[in-house]
Amino acid sequence: MAIPKVLGVETEYGIMMRGGESNPIAASSVLINAYIQELARSGTASSAPRTGWDFEDEHPGNDARGYSIERQFPPEVETHLVNAVLTNGARYYVDHAHPELSTPECADPRSIVVFDRAAERILQRSMLAAAALLPDGQDIVVYKNNSDRKGNSYGTHENYLVDRAVPFAQIVAQVMPHFITRQIYTGAGKVGTEAPGLTSADVPYQITQRADFFEEEVGLETTLKRPIVNTRDEPHADHQKYRRLHVIVGDANLSEVATFLKVGTTAVVLCMIEDDWLSRDLLPARPVQTLRHVSYDLTLRRPFELVDGTAITALEAQWELYRQARLYAQERGLACIGGEEVGEEVLRRWEAALTGLESDLSSLVTTVDWVAKQRVLNGYRERHDLSWDDPRLAAMDLQYHDLRPEKSLAARVGLERMVSEAEVEAAVLHPPVDTRAYFRGRCLQRWPESVVAANWDSLVFDIGGDPLRRVPMMEPLRGTQAHVGSLIDSCDSAAELLQKLEQ
Amino acid sequence: MAEREQIKKQAPTKSDEVVEPVPATSESGEKIKGELDDLLDEIDEVLETNAEEFVKSYVQKGGE
Repeated sequence: MAIPKVLGVETEYGIMMRGGESNPIAASSVLINAYIQELARSGTASSAPRTGWDFEDEHPGNDARGYSIERQFPPEVETHLVNAVLTNGARYYVDHAHPELSTPECADPRSIVVFDRAAERILQRSMLAAAALLPDGQDIVVYKNNSDRKGNSYGTHENYLVDRAVPFAQIVAQVMPHFITRQIYTGAGKVGTEAPGLTSADVPYQITQRADFFEEEVGLETTLKRPIVNTRDEPHADHQKYRRLHVIVGDANLSEVATFLKVGTTAVVLCMIEDDWLSRDLLPARPVQTLRHVSYDLTLRRPFELVDGTAITALEAQWELYRQARLYAQERGLACIGGEEVGEEVLRRWEAALTGLESDLSSLVTTVDWVAKQRVLNGYRERHDLSWDDPRLAAMDLQYHDLRPEKSLAARVGLERMVSEAEVEAAVLHPPVDTRAYFRGRCLQRWPESVVAANWDSLVFDIGGDPLRRVPMMEPLRGTQAHVGSLIDSCDSAAELLQKLEQ
Repeated sequence: MAEREQIKKQAPTKSDEVVEPVPATSESGEKIKGELDDLLDEIDEVLETNAEEFVKSYVQKGGE
């Protein structure tokens, strides 16, 4: 039986300091600190994070293939850098030279859309708060994209809870075809190419931001020799029962529908893998080349070779996965991705995306980022008679991802909304109610002075006098509102909560 | 390619008649074109003024 797909998305944002010295690490710190100070100043005192991140559980060197190279990958204990835990259960911090926001654990793909949007709001507010602190003429601008167009890439990673009993080799072989072919509706679009040896003449426009940067099929790296399937084995949960599949191959999406489909279809595919449902082997013969092949093929009609010697297009592979998912839903249900309602919406939107890609691209201009971006690029190109290497098109490409509402092109192209602004606003400050993020977020709201450190699978309390007390949260679906909501509400202090938890 | 045909048949596409593109002269075609024109006007207004300089200065460190 497939286990519930607890989900998360981590986004590294592009950052520009304008009008001042451009140090991205310093700028990222200013940005995040400004947000936290603004929360404190605006009187949302209980929402002002002062809790540090707890690195006890970080083991980025553990490899899902069964070994560890811990010495090469020490946990990144960057104590001098900002590392905040927010009351919505998210982590907001400086990673390398980027501001990064990891959503709280979510129980279904729609919830991911809400918290991914809330993350954008948090970054937008951070920009405003930073502008108020910085000298006149300076500001910080944030971009939700994955490349600087000069060969430097930064990631949008997805996380899926999977059953440790499933052999990792099976996950690799069966999820890779989905990662390679889902690009046709998850791609955020990019003008030109950053692949070595290719120019704008070879690839004027492509479907994804990221395909240029992948060099391996499977591996532990994330910063160089990036692999299509990442093997980092850090479940942030009970090691005996769970894996966390850490997916680094996707694009950041501005379209809510694209985010929903990216996470929703992948969650369904992982459920099918756990239940050994997939009958047809769709593994490409040359995965790395095929990842680019799919990203470069705007006709969506060019087949590639599979390991079994047959040829298939990305669209055909996706239809096959969709058809399998339909049958799976009929037979087994979709409780594993958050219930029938949200599951049905994933399937409905998946079908609509494939139908549009097959017969009417213009039906996708409000849902698929690369199609929405291509539409305005083509329109602008024709209006001003521009060649594909004109810097104005590259500028439009970057500006599609600009998070400032007054500059964002994505905000102007009429993208469909799936979630309400009220839901997004609530998610800026409040955690999801249906995962352990609820316990984390609510404890931070109620007793920020008593929570001295937090990470994904524990909270550390200081209730005075006694030694620090760690409360483990090894089950991502415990600590929900249903489990602990009334308990937390009934306690006047963290000490009382800990006492009752021990009873 | 019997296999590919089979996949297409099993895939529950809505119906074949939607494949025909909407003629550009139709009312909705004109409306869509007008909307795009308005959007392009707006893009002209908000696009970074020195596109070349902006694109050049957008430099990031690799991440992840």
